[in-house]
Amino acid sequence: MALTGIQIYKLLPKTNCKDCGFPTCLAFAMKLAAKQVELSACPHISEEAKAVLAESASPPIRLVTLKADGYEVKAGNEVVLFRHEKKFYHKPGFFIRVRDDASLDQIRERVAATDAYTVNYVGMDLTLDGFAVESASGDPTTFSQAISAVRAVSQRPLILMSRDPGVMAAGLQAVNGEAPLIYAADADNWEAMADLAKQHQAPLAVFADSLEGLADLTQKIKAKGVEDMVLDHGARDLGTSLARNTVIRRLALKKTFRPLGYPIIAFPGDAGDAAWEAILAAHAVAKYAGFIVLDHTAPEMLYPLLVLRENIYTDPQKPIQVQPGLYEINDPSPEDPVLATTNFSITYFSVANEVEGAGLPAWLLVTDAEGMSVLTAWAAGKFDAERIAKDVRRFHVPDKVHRKRIVIPGHVAVISGELEEELPDWEVRVGPREAVDLPTYMKEALV
Amino acid sequence: MPLEIPKDKWPGSVRTITIGATPEEGGTRACTVTVGGETTMPFLHFEGEIPHRPVVAIEIRDRRPDDWSPLLLETWGEVVNDPAAWAKAAEEAGADLIQLSLSLTDGDGETTTPEAAVAAVRAVLQASGLPLMVFGPGQAEVDNQLLVAVAEATAGERLVLGICEDKNYRTIVATAMANGHLVNARTPMDVNLAKQLNILISDMGFPLDRILMDPTTAALGYGIEYGFSAMERLRLAALQGDAMTQFPMLVTPGFEAWKTKEAKVGEEVPAEWGDWLERAVHWETLTAVTLLEAGADILVLRHPESVRRVKAAIDDLMTVREVEAVA
Repeated sequence: MALTGIQIYKLLPKTNCKDCGFPTCLAFAMKLAAKQVELSACPHISEEAKAVLAESASPPIRLVTLKADGYEVKAGNEVVLFRHEKKFYHKPGFFIRVRDDASLDQIRERVAATDAYTVNYVGMDLTLDGFAVESASGDPTTFSQAISAVRAVSQRPLILMSRDPGVMAAGLQAVNGEAPLIYAADADNWEAMADLAKQHQAPLAVFADSLEGLADLTQKIKAKGVEDMVLDHGARDLGTSLARNTVIRRLALKKTFRPLGYPIIAFPGDAGDAAWEAILAAHAVAKYAGFIVLDHTAPEMLYPLLVLRENIYTDPQKPIQVQPGLYEINDPSPEDPVLATTNFSITYFSVANEVEGAGLPAWLLVTDAEGMSVLTAWAAGKFDAERIAKDVRRFHVPDKVHRKRIVIPGHVAVISGELEEELPDWEVRVGPREAVDLPTYMKEALV
Repeated sequence: MPLEIPKDKWPGSVRTITIGATPEEGGTRACTVTVGGETTMPFLHFEGEIPHRPVVAIEIRDRRPDDWSPLLLETWGEVVNDPAAWAKAAEEAGADLIQLSLSLTDGDGETTTPEAAVAAVRAVLQASGLPLMVFGPGQAEVDNQLLVAVAEATAGERLVLGICEDKNYRTIVATAMANGHLVNARTPMDVNLAKQLNILISDMGFPLDRILMDPTTAALGYGIEYGFSAMERLRLAALQGDAMTQFPMLVTPGFEAWKTKEAKVGEEVPAEWGDWLERAVHWETLTAVTLLEAGADILVLRHPESVRRVKAAIDDLMTVREVEAVA
C-alpha cells in the first residue's frame, strides 16, 4: 500500500532546504504521496529512505511473467477483491500437466493436441497457455527427456515440477536459457531450489501446508535474492482453497503483507475426477488463482473454462460492444428480412453465428443499445421502438431492402405495436426469444 | 511468525426465509427449506455465520416441454408427460425443493387455464412432500391469472410464487399476502432495479421474511459476469446493512444454461466444443458453481447429473474447516 504524506515526510531530511523546488519537506512529501513528483527531485535523500519508498511503491501482489518464444503468461498485480470495484487484470494461465512416466510418444501426442486447441468465442480465438511437466519417475534423465519431448512440439511457457533439486537441475538444463516456473520449493529443499531459481533467473513456486508456513518460506527465499515467487497453499478442496485464496488476497491488498504478495497456483486436477476438476478450476478462475494446472483435456471441459475466464476478466466498466450498423449476412438481396438486435457483443455474435451458420441471407440491424443485451437494454429504455426506428433511418435500411419486413426479438414482443406506428410502411414480426431458435423461425415463419 | 487472519466486520446480515409449511404450520409439506441468515460473504466460515446451506431445486413443467434440449427429455424419459411423476423423479434425483413452471399454452395450443394450472399444482403437491415454487410462463397477464388461482387453491402452503416483476408485482404480492405464500422478486441484472422492486413490495406491507430476490444472471458465455457482479454487489450491500437487499437470492442456472446453443444443440457445432452431453452438463454446473460463489441461496437446475455435482460442491463449501488446517 502506498505511504501517506506524513509517513513519507518522516523519511525525508526535514531541512526545508527548498532544493526540490517546494517550500518545505512536508509539501514535497504531500506531492510524492499524490504521485505528482519524482523522489529524485530531492538531492539529499538517504539510501535507506529510497529503499523504503521504492518498496512501498511496488504493487501489493507481485507481477510474475512466464515467457517463452513470443508467448507470455502474466499473473499478479491485481488490485481488488471483487471485479466490480475495478477489474481483474491478468487472466490465470491454463497449463496442461504431463508426467514423465508416460512414453515420449504419448507425451508428444498429448502436447501437440492441446497446443493446437483453439476455440472461437464471440470472435476471439481462445487457447491454452502452456504445459506443466512433472517428474513422476524421480529420474533426472527421464525428466529432461520428457521436457525435451514437450519442447519439440510446443513453444509455450513451461512449469517444471519436482521437489528433488537434482531432478529439477536436470530439467532446467533441458531448457537452458529459458526461465520456466520451478515447482516447488518446500520446507526441506528451499535453499537448493532458491539457488536454482537464481541461477536460471526463473520464478519459483513455494509450497507449504499453511499460510504461516508459506509466509516463513517466502521471506527466507527472498532473503536469498529470489524476487519472483508463486504460492501453493496446499489446499485441494473448494472450501479451504476459497478461504486461503481470500485471506492471501486480503492480506496483500489491505495489509500490504509482502510475504504473501504473490500470485497463487492451483491444481484442480489433483482431484482425479474430471467433473470435480472442472468445478475446482471454475472456482480457481472466479476466486483469485494466477496459474491453473489441468489434467483432463477433453474439449467439452476446456471450452467452458476458457469462456468463464474471458467472462470473469471482462472489464466491468466497458461492456464489449460491436459497432452499430446494418450488417450483411450471407449476401442478402433486397427481398430478404431485416433482423433487429442490440450491439452487446455476445448478443450480436449469437445472432450472427446462427443466421450465418444456417446459410440464410438476412440484413442484421445492430442498434445502438449502449452495449446491453436485449432484455437489459429494453428495461433500461435503450432498445425501444423509437430507437430501432431511428437506426432504421440512420443506417439507410429502406434504400437496401424492397420488401420491408423487420423481425424483433421475442423478448421485446411488447414493442411491436409501437414499432408499427414508428415504421408505418413496414411489416413488424416478432421472432424467437433466443438466437438459437432463429434458423427454424426464419425457415418456417419468414417465407 | 503468527499470522493474523484479516476479518471484515459486517453490520448487516441476510434475512432467514422458510419455504413450505408442514401440517402443523398450516400446509401439507413433509419438510420445509430454510435459506439465508449469512453474516459474511459466501462460504467464509472463518469470518461469520452461514447457518443454512444453499439448496438445489429441480425445475419441472406442467406438460412436456417440447422446446427443451433432447438431452433433458431423454434423461427424464416418460415422466415429462406427467408433472406428478416428474416431481417424484425430481425428489429421487436429490432436489431439496421443486420448481413447477407453468406453460403458456396447453397441448392444443390454447392458453393454459387457471383450472389446469391449479390441477397441475395439486398433483405435484400430492406426489411430493418437498416445498414447492410455482412460476408462471413469464407473461405478466397470464402469470397473474394463473398464479392468483394457484395461490388461492393452496393457501397456507408457503409456496414461492414467481415471476414477480415490476409489471405485475402488485397482483402477485397481494395474492401471496392473502394466502400465506412467498414471492420471487425478479429484476434484470441491476442492483438498483433489484432494490427498487424490493422497496415497492415492502411498501405494500408484505412481510419481509417472505421475499426472495432473483437478480437474473445469464449463462456462462452469455453475460454471466453481469449477474455475478450484481450478486456480489447485492450481497455486499446486504452485509453493509442495506435492508432492501437483505434477501436470499434465487437463481436459475438450469434455465439459463439450457437455452444456450452449447447445451441445446448437438449437431453441426464446432468439433472444439467436444462431447455434447458432458459439455451441456458442464455448462449448467459451471454456471451454477460460479453463481454459488457470488452468493446464490437457491439454485434451480434441470439435469440430474448437474444436481449431483452442484450438491457435492455445496457439501464441500459448507464443511467448516480451519483456514490454517488442511482437510
